This record gives sequence, structure tokens and C-alpha cells, in this order.
Amino acid sequence: MSIAKDPKGLIQGAAQGLMAKAVALAPDAWVPGGVPDPLIGRQHGHVGRAVSRIDGPLKVSGTARFAAEFPMEHMVFAAILFSTIAKGRIVTLETARAQAAQGVVEVMTHRNAPRLSPPPVFMSNPKAAGGDNLPVMQDDRIHWNGQPVAVVLAETQEQANHAASLIEATYETEPAITAFDEARSHARPAEFMGEPLHDEKGKAETALSTSAVRIDATYRTPRHNHNAIELHAVTVAWQDGVLRLHDASQLVSHTAWSLGQIFGIPEDKVLVTSPYVGGGFGGKCMWQHHVLAAAAAKLCGRPVRLVLSREGVYRLVGGRSLTEQQVSLGADADGRLKALIHRGLTAKTPSNVMPEPFILASRSTYAAEAIELDVHSVELDLLANTFMRAPGESVGTFALESAMDELAEALALDPIELRIRNEPDVDPLSGLPFSSRRIVDAWRAGAEAFGWSRRSPTPGSRREGEWLVGMGCATGTYPYYRMPGGAARLTLTPRGASVGIAAHEMGMGTATAQVQVTAERLGLPIDAVDFHYGDSRLPGTVLAGGSQQTAAIGAAVIAAHRLLIKELFDIVGNDSPLAGIKPDDVACRDAGLCVRDDPERHETYASILARAGRASIEVTGEGPLPLELMHWSMHSHAAMFCEVKVNAITGEPRVTRFLGSFDCGRILNPKTAASQFRGGIIMGLGLALMEETQVDERNGRVMNPSLSEYHVPVHMDVPEIDVIWTDIPDPHTPMGARGIGEIGITGTAAAVANAIYNATGKRVRDLPITLDKLL
Amino acid sequence: MSMIINGLPAEVPLDPRVSLLDFLRDDLRLHGTKKGCDQGACGACTVLADGERILSCLALAVQYEGRSVTTIEGVGTATELHQLQQAFIEHDGFQCGYCTPGQICSAIGMAEEIRRGVPSHVTDDLDAPTMPFCAEEIRERMSGNLCRCGAHNGIVEAIAATFAALPEAEAAE
Repeated sequence: MSIAKDPKGLIQGAAQGLMAKAVALAPDAWVPGGVPDPLIGRQHGHVGRAVSRIDGPLKVSGTARFAAEFPMEHMVFAAILFSTIAKGRIVTLETARAQAAQGVVEVMTHRNAPRLSPPPVFMSNPKAAGGDNLPVMQDDRIHWNGQPVAVVLAETQEQANHAASLIEATYETEPAITAFDEARSHARPAEFMGEPLHDEKGKAETALSTSAVRIDATYRTPRHNHNAIELHAVTVAWQDGVLRLHDASQLVSHTAWSLGQIFGIPEDKVLVTSPYVGGGFGGKCMWQHHVLAAAAAKLCGRPVRLVLSREGVYRLVGGRSLTEQQVSLGADADGRLKALIHRGLTAKTPSNVMPEPFILASRSTYAAEAIELDVHSVELDLLANTFMRAPGESVGTFALESAMDELAEALALDPIELRIRNEPDVDPLSGLPFSSRRIVDAWRAGAEAFGWSRRSPTPGSRREGEWLVGMGCATGTYPYYRMPGGAARLTLTPRGASVGIAAHEMGMGTATAQVQVTAERLGLPIDAVDFHYGDSRLPGTVLAGGSQQTAAIGAAVIAAHRLLIKELFDIVGNDSPLAGIKPDDVACRDAGLCVRDDPERHETYASILARAGRASIEVTGEGPLPLELMHWSMHSHAAMFCEVKVNAITGEPRVTRFLGSFDCGRILNPKTAASQFRGGIIMGLGLALMEETQVDERNGRVMNPSLSEYHVPVHMDVPEIDVIWTDIPDPHTPMGARGIGEIGITGTAAAVANAIYNATGKRVRDLPITLDKLL
Repeated sequence: MSMIINGLPAEVPLDPRVSLLDFLRDDLRLHGTKKGCDQGACGACTVLADGERILSCLALAVQYEGRSVTTIEGVGTATELHQLQQAFIEHDGFQCGYCTPGQICSAIGMAEEIRRGVPSHVTDDLDAPTMPFCAEEIRERMSGNLCRCGAHNGIVEAIAATFAALPEAEAAE
């Protein structure tokens, strides 16, 4: 549905358009980030230090407790039976044998499940967490192959699993659309985050037809699954009217609110905690297992632990959808882009709102004179697809950056030089200034460190024994995001400070980096700061997604810090060395406040609190609306370099070296940041070479629902990966940082594909690049 | 019917279907051993049985009667870390931490295999009594332990830093 066809959307769109114009033209100082975060200037403190993870000892000793590791009194174990048809209805569901099996407490089906409202789908409300809006076990309807049809509850997991195998279901099938090609003729314009995935600047087709050099190619990427190693799990109980969930979550507040909607209870009657998450990547949001476990606990009156089997994760938790992308580039003889056309097709389901937005990177990467971008989407009767690491950019940069490599060859121009030649001065579509854009620096530093000058531009010209050797490069890019809803509680005591925010630690190093930032902001040692997160009772609605969490927390803590200083001044009194000073003129250092221009005038927090007879001060600050996103074009970039060897006899591709050179603002912790960059790149190697969720298009069933058949990179696939960065702060973001969780996967697949082309002369436009495509 | 878990006796479960993994996690509440697939594909459940690395999801608890099993809880504690655990922290050999106990147990078992001269797919000389503790050998031998966060470089560095120097040190003694 396009906005123009929907009157409410039309009015909202117009209002947003006016607001965007006003914010774009406003003076910098009126916009969040207009006055740089003072922390940007503090160069030799906690921020930027390679601090080891504060939760390291718990994780390496196996004592960090994950969602399936909270025992509860009288708990029962759950097992799920999945549908085997794509669409239709349940005719018979024979549960008597399961019910009678040893240890079975209850069998839940649509016949006896508590009556529930459908899940609120993502973006239908700021706190909506549902991957789709299908009713959960409320009727006999089947919407996808793998939908849960029964939940067995038993005293042990073995008893539950066995009993689930005793249930017999028969179905009446209805025609289902499960093949991409079959749906092609019904493609419709796609929307992402309420905006059409369509952009035009100038007449791109005309510009293309008159360009001196043209490239026109189609690229395909398959479905993917997140495959976090921790299985999705919840341990759930109803305790005195409160629904209590131990979850593995990247959105605890959203989940609490959404479950409240489903069960018809206020959100403060749902308590979701998630202290550790065994990998997320977009997959640890709210899916049917949350609802089923809570409903089952209600039905049987006992706590329930529901751990999805690995197959269950593939049946129940959506992944990334497939794409078919056409890229047409037109350039003059010097390589300056006259036309950039990037359009194509993806698939979603009727019940979700997530077309894979593969054009996002093409909006801001190159200064083409004319641009046309478009995503169309078809609807298939499959499990709802969802966000997976860098939705859009991960697969979109494969197409765009492969095409740029093809263009460089057609122009006989170095691929790095081609990219630098098309570097825009302002955002190519919006015309907004960039908040900070140093991709050229990243290219030059990366080329030097990687030894790019040793690359032969002639494909297939370097051979070592039976191995063909090649190098390739590509641009990676991911935007700076900050979503509304960030709020943080800051508590100051004589011993130190603690931050409380309903944010998440899935391995990104959030807790460690935020302790460093808060310690620096307050002038405290690191061990005097605690960071509380992963609890829906804490302030803020913070999604660990879109690489936005660092900024969302940062802006909320800045707001809370401002309130804290104000409160301290309210109690400072006339006997303090700070008497008569304005809050704007102080700085935090050495566990107290001092006059910014006269640091000797200083009083410790402990002293201020003691004189006022206060044990602590607690404030809660809310981050401002993220208007900076309408005032500047804000993006991180990476220059990705890959060396591959391809076996001339077997076609086996091996990545032998990889270097990522990043421009992501200020790096808060080089140790954890390097791991984020490497982690993204490694998932990108999987995207390039091996990952594919295979669907049987005849019946919509995932054919490889296991880690032995869905291949992810293993140790032997991962060479040493060099990561370097500009470390140039973005003056308009909290701490000068931009999120780094997703950019590593962008550009990587194209860098690999381009290196394989350089090694072999074979251009593979269809991921993954398996050896059969290189024979 | 009992086995030894981390030096302490434990009664083998009555239900013969119970995997060693579920026995450790659900019965003994030793949650350090992780379940990532329950079908032998990810390595997260790796423990040491009489010093050899095994996948506890593919083992029935009853098979281990009379055997000695070491889990991550028996390798070291948060306050008294094994040097490999310390090295994982130093080299940032993990992010989410879920595959980590399996990686650590697997590496301990693997180091012993290398010391015994057990060759791998990448060993050049199958008859050599010793082999180098190099990154290539570590990568090959650790490939059964998946990591989705992508901490591979740190894991290999941590293992190399902990074990690579040992044969030389022993030789010097």
C-alpha cells in the first residue's frame, strides 16, 4: 500500500515532510547534536580504551545465566508440534495418546488455548514487537508450513518430546503461493518504516541511455537465518497476576507491552528480563514461542520452560527474505556516474511489514546525476521474514558494489579510484550536509594496509600452484540511527553511580562501553559505575537493532546527566567551593564537580551529598526526538578488501585475507569494537560463500532446518581479519560515535565476489558463491 | 549407578533417554554446558569425558556410568579462572558468550590431542610424532565449534597464546 492511497498516511506524510523541511533548515544549535557532546573533547580517559568485557569472567566460566537457565518451582517442559502444510485448516488433531503419555501435564491446541488478541506487528505501535500479526493458536487455520499446532507440557523434556511425537494431525489444504516466480506478476510497491521504497532524482533512464559506459546486471541473494547459537527460549510463570518471563530478547520493553496487549493486561503486569542473550542479529524479537509459553503456563497453572529445537527456530522465527536486484550504472568516460538505477523484487508475507529494503545503501553512497531506486514486493504464504543484520544494506551492497566493480573494469579504472571519483559533497537525494564523512580517508588507509597496489587488474593472471589468487574491494555503509523512546535512570551515591535503562547486551559490549562512557561523563573510576539493563521495569523503550542502541543510550544518559547536575546544584549550598557558579560552567572530574575553567575549585559528590544529608540522588532523563536525522545525512562507511584463492581444479573458494577500514565516528572501546567489525565481516563471508535457507517451493517448507545443513563460517573458513578505523568523532552524535554492529556485514559479500572475479574471471551474481558456480 | 562430574559423584538418571547434556543442565543445574542444536552440529555442548572432548548432546547420560566428566564449571570459576579462560577474556575470544564454554572445553581436549601427536586434515606429515601448534591446526581442529558472533580470530589467538608456548616450555625443563 503506498502512502498516497491512504488519506491518513497522506496527511501524516505531508506533516512529516513539512517538519523535515523545517528541521533541515533550522540552526544547528536547535537540533540534538548541534552542540557537540563535551565527551568528544575528552581524549585520554576511559573512552577509547581497550577495556576487557566486564562480563567476561561470568561468560568464560559458564555462570552467565541465559533464558533457559532459570529454574522455577514446579516447572514443566514444553515441546511443539509444527504443521506440515503451507495453508489450509486442521481437520483432526488426535491428542489423546499424548495426553495419556507418561509425565504429560497438558496438551494445548487451538481447542483449549486461552483466548488471546493477535500480536501487534512491528511498527503498528512504537512498542509493537510482533514478527507478524497472525493469531497464535486461536483457530484451525494454517498460514505457513511449520506453524505450531500443539504444545505438550510434561514433567521432563524427554517426556514432552516423546508425547509430541504421538499427536496425529490431518489437514485440508488450500492453494498456497509458495514459489517466488509464481507470485512475480502480483508484485506491489514496497514500504519500509512507513515510507515508500522508491526514490527518483532526475531522469535516470534517459541519463543511462546517453551514458558513454553502461553496466546492467541482475543480482540474486537467497533467504538467510540468523542462527544465533543460543536456541530461542523462555522460562515463564504467572506470579500473583504478573506474567514473568526470563527471555532472550533484544527488545524487553516492546515485548512486555506486546504481551500485555495479547493477554489483555497492562504492560506493568508483564515483567521481561534478559540479562544475557546468546546472539541476536535481529532474530531475538517476539515470536510465537513467547505467546505459546505464556498461554501454556496460564492453561496448566505452572511455570513453563520452552526451548525451541534448532528445527523449531527455523519453523518459528523468520529470517532474511530473498532478493532479485537489477543495477544499471551509466558513466562518462572519466567514470563519473550519470545514472544509478537500482531496483528489484523481494518477498514478504501478508501478515508482516518487512520487505527487504535493499536500496537503502544506494540512496547516499554515490554522487550520480540521476538516480532511480525502487523495491517491489510479492506476498508468499511462508513464515514471516524479518530483520537480519543490516537489513537492506547487507544484500543491497552486494548488488551495488558488484556493479561498481563491473563498471570499473569497463572503464579500465581502478575500482577504488572509481569510488573516490563519485564521492558526493552532500547527500545525493536529500541534499542534506553529511554530519561526518571520511570514507576517502578509510579507502586510502585501507589500500595502504592491505597492499592493494599489488593487485593485478587482469582477471586470472595470478596463480600459485593449483590456486588462482585475486583481490577485490567494496564499499560498506550503514546509517546512524537513533530511535525515539530512549530514557535512562542515573543514580548517584557517595560510592559511585549506576545507570539503568531497558537496553540489551547480546555480545556487542554494550555494558562495558556504557560503563566507560558514564565513568568518563561523571569523572568516576570504571569500577565505581554499574550498568543495569535487560529488564522491562527500567526506563526507556530501546530496541537493540539498527545499530542505534549506543546512540539511544548515549542521548538518554546525556539528558539524565544534565538533570543530575541541576539536582546537585540545588543542594550544593553556600559553603561549597562551587557556590555562586552556574551549572553550565562546571565539569565532572575526580568523583565530583569542578569549575570548568578553574579545576581547583572542586567538591566531591560524596561531600556534596553528605552536607545535604542525602544518601543518593536519582534522576531519569529522556533523550530528545532524533531530529538530527532530518538535519544531517548521517552514515558510517567502510572500505572492504578481500583476497581469495580459488582452486582451479575443484572451484573451491577460500578467503585468505580480509581487511576492513572503517569510518564510524569515535570508537568507544577498540577491543569490543574490533570484535563487532570482525563479527559482521564473518557473517558477510557466510553471506558471500555458503549461507542459504532453502525452501521447497512446492510446499513452502524449509528444507535445511539445521546447523549441519545451513552452513555458517567455521574456524577453518575464517582467516585473520584486519580491522582499522579513522576514529574521527562525528560532531553531531552522542560521544561522537556511530553504531558499529551492522556495518561489518555490508560490502563484504561484494568484496569477496569481486576478488573471486579478479582471481578467476568469473562474475557470480547469484549468492552464495559455491564451488559449482566456479567450475 | 553413578558417574563423577567435576570430581563429585552424581547419580545417573533413571530415564535412559536423557542426554548427558540435559542431565547436566536440567537435573544437575550445571548450565555452563550449552545447548545450541541438540544434534551434534554446533559444539556448544562440548565437555571432557576422561579428558577427551565429546558432544554431550549426542551422549546418553547412562553411557557415562563410572566415567569422569569435566564441564566448564570444573575448568575454572569466575574468581579462579583457568589460564585459557583468562586468555579468552584478554583476546576477546567471545561476544555473546554462549558458545564459549564449549570452545574452551574443546580447546583443552584439542591441545591434548596435538600433544599426543594425533594428526588432523591439515597435518602435512601424518607420521610425525609432534606437530606445530599453529593457527592452521587450531582452526581445523576447532571447526566443530561454531561461533555466530564471529569471535574466531580471538578464539584462535587465545588458544595459541595459552598452549602454543607449552611444548617449548616443557622442553626447556
